[in-house]
Amino acid sequence: MSSLTLHEAEPAAGTARRPARRRGTALVPTVTLLLGALYCLLPVAWVVIASTKSGSELFSTFTFWPGTGFTENVSDLGTYRDGVYWQWMGNSALYAGLGALLSACVSAVSGYALAIHRFRGRETLFNVLLAGVLMPPVILAVPQYLLLAKADLTDSYLSVLLPQILSPYGVYLARIYAAAAVPADVVEAGRMDGAGEWRIFTRVALPMMVPGLVTVFLFQFVAIWNNFLLPYIMLSDDEKFPITLGLYTLLEQGASTPALYTLVITGAFLAVFPLVALFLVIQRFWSLDLLSGAVKS
Amino acid sequence: MKSPARRTSYGAEGAPYAHPSPTTTLRRARSAPYLFLVPAAVLFLLFFALPIGYAVWLSFRKVRVSGLGLGSGAREEVWAGLENYTGALSDSELLSGALRVLGYGCIVVPVMLGLALLFALMLDSERVRLAPFTRLAIFLPYAVPGVVAALLWGFLYLPDVSPFFYVLDGLGLPQPDLLDGGPLYLALSNIAVWGGTGFNMIVIYTALRAIPAEVYEAAKLDGATPLQIALRIKIPMVAPSLVLTFFFSIIATLQVFNEPTTLKPLTNSVATTWSPLMKVYQDAFGKGDIHAAAAQATLIALATLVLSFGFLRAANRRTKQEAAR
Repeated sequence: MSSLTLHEAEPAAGTARRPARRRGTALVPTVTLLLGALYCLLPVAWVVIASTKSGSELFSTFTFWPGTGFTENVSDLGTYRDGVYWQWMGNSALYAGLGALLSACVSAVSGYALAIHRFRGRETLFNVLLAGVLMPPVILAVPQYLLLAKADLTDSYLSVLLPQILSPYGVYLARIYAAAAVPADVVEAGRMDGAGEWRIFTRVALPMMVPGLVTVFLFQFVAIWNNFLLPYIMLSDDEKFPITLGLYTLLEQGASTPALYTLVITGAFLAVFPLVALFLVIQRFWSLDLLSGAVKS
Repeated sequence: MKSPARRTSYGAEGAPYAHPSPTTTLRRARSAPYLFLVPAAVLFLLFFALPIGYAVWLSFRKVRVSGLGLGSGAREEVWAGLENYTGALSDSELLSGALRVLGYGCIVVPVMLGLALLFALMLDSERVRLAPFTRLAIFLPYAVPGVVAALLWGFLYLPDVSPFFYVLDGLGLPQPDLLDGGPLYLALSNIAVWGGTGFNMIVIYTALRAIPAEVYEAAKLDGATPLQIALRIKIPMVAPSLVLTFFFSIIATLQVFNEPTTLKPLTNSVATTWSPLMKVYQDAFGKGDIHAAAAQATLIALATLVLSFGFLRAANRRTKQEAAR
């Protein structure tokens, strides 16, 4: 926000043009942004309130009037099909947590090599990896399913985990971050001291890359947590479903039995909650600037 | 003999000296980047290159059924040439799905990026209040899975539970069916706009903040209004990020799958083949015709590449023309 204060220099010529309060609040931007925030928060506010309603209240009371059934809804959700809901949450945490961790590791080591080392075929390799971003997921997911079926791996945890480890975008971010954060002379000094390349990477470069890798981790965590298509194609056993797929099947059944609607709504609220909380807690550590490729060097 | 204590072994040579000769260091430094890239390369081959190659291969094959199709050997895979492609191109369902997605994209991309740019400019303006709060609130939907977003909005579109309909009812106004016909496009577009605006806003806002303040000073001294500064200075300077967000939005739009799939249980007017990707899924797993599905998938991938790169080239040409002026 420091750049904003820089703009505050007093424009003497501009005062006549705009007689409005110079020191007050800029109304148009503030109101526009508040309207935007309202629009974005509305469905979230709705689900928070709707999750407190019992089945009968959902269809009878005013939408934004809290109900009385929250604890009941949560316990109903917990007992639905022997607690399969919490199994879905656990699965999502596993897919996203482990997948993002492995993804950050692969991105770190590849991004570092692409940024620091000079070797033949470097740019070609990088471009080929990046082209992966452009591939529509379904173009990949259908043949991935067929190939994994040949290896007898479909409908397993691995079938959802493995295809999501390599993130072309993660490699790209790690590369630009390593190029900016790891000085070439530090690497050179390590070589002079006789340290091996792997040791230089793990002991010297990796600690310098941590902030960038946090971004890669979070980016991939969100991508995996939010993924629907891949598990939708790969899995049939609902004990292995992530939360997105689980909620979808719940909604599908709810179409014939509206009594399940309260479960879907409560489930949606609880599914949004951890990710939003995660965001609020770590947004200060997350260098969003990286998303647009801007790195302060 | 006591070899120097080494916590990690980092060379295959196992040389018993702590300081390897310059030649071995150099050799290691040469092979190291390739070794570092092995995990990424293996994963890329297994989960990107191989599936793409396999899909293309499948798209040129078909299953020939002889006799009644019973018994082993009755179904065999044979070469199909371009048959699957001509089939896909003359498939009216795929074509109408593509048209639907084009219409949807013509709403989503301009509205989403327009709002993202508007909010980014507002965040970057002077004397704006509550900016950290509103920025976070507008970014928040990024953390909500597409399926859950579609589910939330889906309920908000249902007359029985929606606050909008409650208000309309109270005012005695007619209640439109949001999940049918033309409004369905708006309903679906709204979900995508809601989910994507914040992320694009952050990308553009970051680019705006990178503009040095001195750039505005001269314009301000000349008495330029904030609107003029935004239109003449800020927007041209963030053009590269606008191009980037546009590029990724086109790709994402052509691949729409989650939102219409999630709305399907709530309405009868979303067909199982509403978008091209849904049609691919339906053909591959509903009908079990993986060859037709593979041809369609390849066509969609090609269309995505042509559209997105065509856009990038057009954008580049414009930037060059402007630079030449």
